[in-house]
Amino acid sequence: MRPQINLRSALLGIIMFTVIWQVLAWVVRQPILPAPTVVVPIFIQSIFRELGMHFLASTARVVAAILIAVIAAVPIGLILGQMPKLDRVMAPLIAITYPIPKIVLLPVIYIFMGITDISKIFLIALIIFFQILVVVRDEAANLHPELILSVRSLGAGRRALFRYVYLPASLPAVVTALRLSVGTAVAVLFIAEQSLTSYGLGYYIVIETYQVLQYPQMYAGILAMSLLGLLLYFCISSLESRLCKYQKG
Amino acid sequence: MIDIQNIRFAYANGPPIFDEFSWHIAKGHTWAVIGPSGCGKTSLLYLLAGLYMPQKGHIRIENKPVTAPRPRSGLVLQDHGLLPWATVYQNARLGLTVRGFYGSDGRHAPIDEKLTMHEADQRIHYWLEKLSIQHLQSQYPSQLSRGQRQRTAIARTLGMQPDLLMLDEPFSALDAPTRQDLQELILNLGEDGNLTTIIVTHDIEVAVTMGKQILALNLGGNRHARIIENSDACNPEYRYQRQFRDQCDYLHNILGDLI
Repeated sequence: MRPQINLRSALLGIIMFTVIWQVLAWVVRQPILPAPTVVVPIFIQSIFRELGMHFLASTARVVAAILIAVIAAVPIGLILGQMPKLDRVMAPLIAITYPIPKIVLLPVIYIFMGITDISKIFLIALIIFFQILVVVRDEAANLHPELILSVRSLGAGRRALFRYVYLPASLPAVVTALRLSVGTAVAVLFIAEQSLTSYGLGYYIVIETYQVLQYPQMYAGILAMSLLGLLLYFCISSLESRLCKYQKG
Repeated sequence: MIDIQNIRFAYANGPPIFDEFSWHIAKGHTWAVIGPSGCGKTSLLYLLAGLYMPQKGHIRIENKPVTAPRPRSGLVLQDHGLLPWATVYQNARLGLTVRGFYGSDGRHAPIDEKLTMHEADQRIHYWLEKLSIQHLQSQYPSQLSRGQRQRTAIARTLGMQPDLLMLDEPFSALDAPTRQDLQELILNLGEDGNLTTIIVTHDIEVAVTMGKQILALNLGGNRHARIIENSDACNPEYRYQRQFRDQCDYLHNILGDLI
């Protein structure tokens, strides 16, 4: 089930959230929970300066990871879905690797790939990769045989089937899988950005602000990271409803 | 037009559905194929369409062996085979889109057909209009009635200008007026004698209404083609005449209780 969000409910949610935050700040009355009236101006000031750089660095990493994961997972998923024999061979391996929380591979990836941007992107891509692989495989495998036969009777060979049947059939599922995995992806990004980098919201929140007790700045960073998650979710969600128009019938 | 010679066809681990089966169809004729479910009617269409291959024997269409779907053969399946994510227009145009994808290579598209995008669009609009579903062109299949989906599938096939039209149970689950409309339309298509039509049905009245010749199939392996001449078919008055009822009774007798 997908929470239905439009502009009105988004605004309403933001207002409710801010009110609760403000009330809590009044109750706590300590520097560890600054009020939105303190944090939001700091956020607005710094998002065009240093915080903005961190925001962009994090966004670039997630977007790169999404692209890599989609480009790698869709063709493999389609191939597995179209070739039941190969799928039967690969299924046990996918079944046991799919539920592994990929974050535990962080040190392994660092050892093998070095602590670089590439290793961080790789880790996030890995998480999204498995989600997409599994749904694309299942979508391709579940297509009606009659549908395939009837499109083949129009002259479609493997390439045209791929282009006009398998790909459009699995795209909505790809986007749904993305929507479901983007939260985890941002969470893992947060952890990965805490070590040996000098840009990224994880770095900004933990190293630059939390560890030096700059709480209002820390909250501005948290706000930025939340915004990143929200924006990704909204983009994917609107893409999803555009692709799934036909299901509303 | 079509020459089937001594074919054998069986599904994996099953008894043969066709064994030493031969059948000949002349150009421009309208045939009905009738038989109980499981007798091989649909398999026969798949074989003719080049989607299944016989294990023995040969199928030739226009003197060429059928080894893959043939560009000029049009097939409309029972469940229509429409893409659920595409609109009526996109679905109707799919055949021409696929042809455009490959170009006129003679394998996926007729070698002598060079259509521009505009001509392809026009041709689809023509058929949507003719089949009275023009106003539905931006709807999705899930929003259509069964008859409208059937028309979309037929528009898709006719847009490819087939010389052989194969329809699997085209009138099942349609209400009476829609069924009659569609029957007349299909009969009119064959009028100029260039289109060979094969209609698969389990309904005796449909077979007698539509097929100038009727092929009756049976369960348990078809060895020879049992053909019933029905030259009065295609005449709108026919269904109200005595011969029509006699012909239906005759088919009932030979097909037995299976139908």
